[in-house]
Amino acid sequence: MTSEHDHPHPHQPDLDDQPFEYHQVMAEAVGELLIEKGVISADDLRRTVELIDSKSPAEGARLVARAWCDGDFKTRVLADVNVAAAELGIDAGGIPIRAVENTAKVHNVICCTLCSCYPRLLLGLPPDWYKARAYRSRVVREPRAVLAEFGLVLPADVEVRVHDSTADLRYLVLPRRPDGSDALSEEELQALVTRDCMIGTAVPQVARG
Amino acid sequence: MAAERAALTPAWQPGQAVRVRASFPPGHVRTPFYVRGKQGVIEGVAGVFANPEELAYGRQGLPRSALYRVRFRQTELWPDYQGQPDDSTVVDLYEHWLAAEVADDD
Repeated sequence: MTSEHDHPHPHQPDLDDQPFEYHQVMAEAVGELLIEKGVISADDLRRTVELIDSKSPAEGARLVARAWCDGDFKTRVLADVNVAAAELGIDAGGIPIRAVENTAKVHNVICCTLCSCYPRLLLGLPPDWYKARAYRSRVVREPRAVLAEFGLVLPADVEVRVHDSTADLRYLVLPRRPDGSDALSEEELQALVTRDCMIGTAVPQVARG
Repeated sequence: MAAERAALTPAWQPGQAVRVRASFPPGHVRTPFYVRGKQGVIEGVAGVFANPEELAYGRQGLPRSALYRVRFRQTELWPDYQGQPDDSTVVDLYEHWLAAEVADDD
């Protein structure tokens, strides 16, 4: 083994090899103080991180597929996502989430130009590109060019509508049910609803073949 | 009290034209630069919330403020916009950032 390892090669650095930055120090300090003063326990903190990490786009996909299959439910989703999600046993959290519906004439896409607001309890943690300055600044400036880079080229007669979640709302795109999906079960429909479909950088597609 | 009551009754209705204040205060501000001074249309009232620009400094966020979904044409935001004329951006804005757009009142 040693003979195979007598040459230098790059190793993936450990996370804690990176310099500890100002805001990381602040976050650690605030967390430690809250625990030390008994405001929260270390287990409370751990459980919250675990809860956030356990969320995934599957929650949002369940909501969307049900809305496709049940028009009354869709009406309730458009009225109040948080209440509708609770019907499916999904905790969408205390921040109001608004569903924006794609139609034949309007395609919606979400962003947060100021930070990284995102419907985390329905979609899980946002992808890195959603938080990157390139996406946040360009999607409001040239949305069609950005969507084309994601492989989504929209016809000229479809209005592109960008939603910038700057304040106390979060957005979820309610995509259109794709053509050719009539025979699919609700569970099969869920598999078509990917994370990007609910951000608006993709549209659901029925697998060919 | 008057300020609080005014804030709890949204001043704008869907369909009304408004202009975002061209104001550039320092500190924690939830109105993006690219809509300041721009004209938009109220798409809906999102609710009444504690003012995040106050909450950020540990204050109570009072008076609470109405939050609107305001829709802007891309061509209004970006004069050289290359997309389609109907393309738009909807931004959530607090009432104290909005002023009447007199020219568009009928």
